[in-house]
Amino acid sequence: MVVEEERDLETIDIHVNVGPQHPATHGVFRMVLTVSGEKVVDVVPHIGYMHRGAEKLSENMDYRQALIYQDRTEYLAQFNAEMCYVMAVEKLAGIEVPERAEYIRVILAELNRITSHYMFVGAFATDLGVYGTIFTYAFREREYIQELFESVSGDRMMYGYFRPGGVVWDVSADFKERVRWLCKQTRVGINDIERLLTRNEIFVARCRDIGAIAAEDAIDYGLSGPMLRASGVPVDLRREEPYSIYDRFDFDIPVGERGDVYDRYLVRMEEMRQSVRIVEQALEQMPEGPVLPEKLPRRLRPPLGEVYMRTENPRGEYGIYLVSKGGEKPYRLKIRSSCFCNLMALKEMVVGHYVADAVIILGSVDIVLGEVDR
Amino acid sequence: MSQLGDFFDNVWVDAFWRLLVVLVLMVVVVLVLTYVERKVIGRIQMRLGPMRTGPYGILQPIADMIKVLLKEDLRPATADRVAFELAPFLAFVPAFLVLVAIPFTEGWGVRVLSLGLLYFIAVSGLPVLGYIVAGWGSDNKYALLGAMRSAAQLISYEVPFVLAVLALSMLAGSLNLVDIVERQGRVPFIVWQPLGFFIFLTCVISDLTRRPFDTAAAESELVGGPWIEFSGIRWSILYALTEYTSMFALTLLGSLIFLGGWDWPLGRDLGWWWQLILIFTKTASLILFIMWATATFPRVRVDQLMAFCWKLLLPLALVQIFLNGLILVYGWPDWTLLLTSGLALAVAGYVIYATLRVRGPVRTIALRSGA
Repeated sequence: MVVEEERDLETIDIHVNVGPQHPATHGVFRMVLTVSGEKVVDVVPHIGYMHRGAEKLSENMDYRQALIYQDRTEYLAQFNAEMCYVMAVEKLAGIEVPERAEYIRVILAELNRITSHYMFVGAFATDLGVYGTIFTYAFREREYIQELFESVSGDRMMYGYFRPGGVVWDVSADFKERVRWLCKQTRVGINDIERLLTRNEIFVARCRDIGAIAAEDAIDYGLSGPMLRASGVPVDLRREEPYSIYDRFDFDIPVGERGDVYDRYLVRMEEMRQSVRIVEQALEQMPEGPVLPEKLPRRLRPPLGEVYMRTENPRGEYGIYLVSKGGEKPYRLKIRSSCFCNLMALKEMVVGHYVADAVIILGSVDIVLGEVDR
Repeated sequence: MSQLGDFFDNVWVDAFWRLLVVLVLMVVVVLVLTYVERKVIGRIQMRLGPMRTGPYGILQPIADMIKVLLKEDLRPATADRVAFELAPFLAFVPAFLVLVAIPFTEGWGVRVLSLGLLYFIAVSGLPVLGYIVAGWGSDNKYALLGAMRSAAQLISYEVPFVLAVLALSMLAGSLNLVDIVERQGRVPFIVWQPLGFFIFLTCVISDLTRRPFDTAAAESELVGGPWIEFSGIRWSILYALTEYTSMFALTLLGSLIFLGGWDWPLGRDLGWWWQLILIFTKTASLILFIMWATATFPRVRVDQLMAFCWKLLLPLALVQIFLNGLILVYGWPDWTLLLTSGLALAVAGYVIYATLRVRGPVRTIALRSGA
């Protein structure tokens, strides 16, 4: 008996290329989505469009010069990246850092965390389809802090202000006053954005239970930073292995429950408030004094050895692995990129969701392509 | 003199100059709206908007127009030529045609149709054809996705739109727009039909594919949807002209049938210029509301968009029709209309709020450390 096969209309999955020139990719990231209708069935990420060889270039610079590549890799949290690098060099060369310099570094790094998260929330809201309103609000607040950075370091983006041993020059006399005002203003700014976004019904409907990743999976993928904490793992390097002077401050670690896009947003917003708290405490405790050690050699020649330094950057764990074989230049410099590792979970998070969700999940990873590609 | 009068009495000449007036009005309104939108959204976003061309940038639309006209007319090599070149007109012509049926003042419109509302609904649904053809003809995956989305969206939202307007015409007892305005008198229908107005306005925003319902264009995902491959004058016709003309027409309809058109609560017979001021003020307030929503809301997802239409708006529209029918059949007083409709709206609002409410802030664990 011949049974006639019943044939439905033939459907094929199409490949949609997102990026490298696409508003949702925050730089030059490219992902090829395989979509069945509106559902994503597969995603293939492509990176490397912004690879500039920062690690290799650093090997041809002496220890102070190599610092500038930190600004250029992590271009949204430059002070944090610089801090990680200079602490690695200090550990390698055994340099003692003056108290005042430590405080200046922590204040600037925490403020930089705030600017980075402002950037996140502005771009994330734009991914969600807000017509730039959150973006402009976030950028106004970011600009206040940016102006401080500019006056402190002399540059708006590539600060190059930290040095192995301290910071280049002392901050101006009105620094404390300005930072106090910034703390007050930042609290207002965060509230402005939260009032517009956090409990907005559409925002919640878009973000709840999207791109959720369980705590075990998050650990297995090697996620770090807000991504990991949103999944419910209370790991913050500032607390786990307090570097610099972070053991002197009193702050909370926000932890999410579901590990979805919404929790990542909430964790970041709360982290900004905690950063303000740290900055305020640091301002209270900040002593007077020199910002560079008295007997800092003009040319650093660390002894043979290797060192790995990791810090809690806005996007997660940022690590610098340095090898010295004597001489003025690092023999090898390896950057452990936080976004690169966070991006690895992209497929796990995106597959099964809609095309529109893929965009906001990518936004919630908060990638900086300069850091991913290095 | 009498000859000239005869000339204007000729039905074709009469239709021609009336159409000409509406066409000029439409072009002016589109130019003004592009400027107003940039300014209004600029202010909401703490920007100034255009400031360089002329005082306060009022010449910006002219500059934009010149730019758009002078741009190269690009067509992708693999595009379907006929579909690609036809699409802007398929979208734009219906958007303009609806203006034909709209009375601007008590005695002036291109034509007063006895089934004007029906005509409006029928024709205002047609631009979706242009979007589909544009999306298909562009031979671009983003455009195709956007076209499919806009087809699903616009056709779905047409249903509650029609039902909300139908519920209203039950009260008015007519589909003639002039009659509907006359029937409202001193109390506009928005007072008796808050739920109907809510459904109407939501569907208008959706019809215009504006935030929060702009999934078809979705700049951050589909980079412009069906419009992605268009540039220059074609883009201008397909996107700017169609969108702002539709916006003008739909808000004009809203101000006619829900906000009382050229009537106001403080008496009548104030002359055609006053009627014009009234109706344009009402239209402008609706347009500003839409722009406000545009600047504030995130975008909903495709499935949420459809669910909102079929699971919420459509039942609500049916409830509104049922309530109106009940009240009209039993001849209950007018205030029961307000009571029932308002109550239904409040319940719907609470349902949305209760299902999406976020309880409590993110859990924070406090780990204290010894200083």
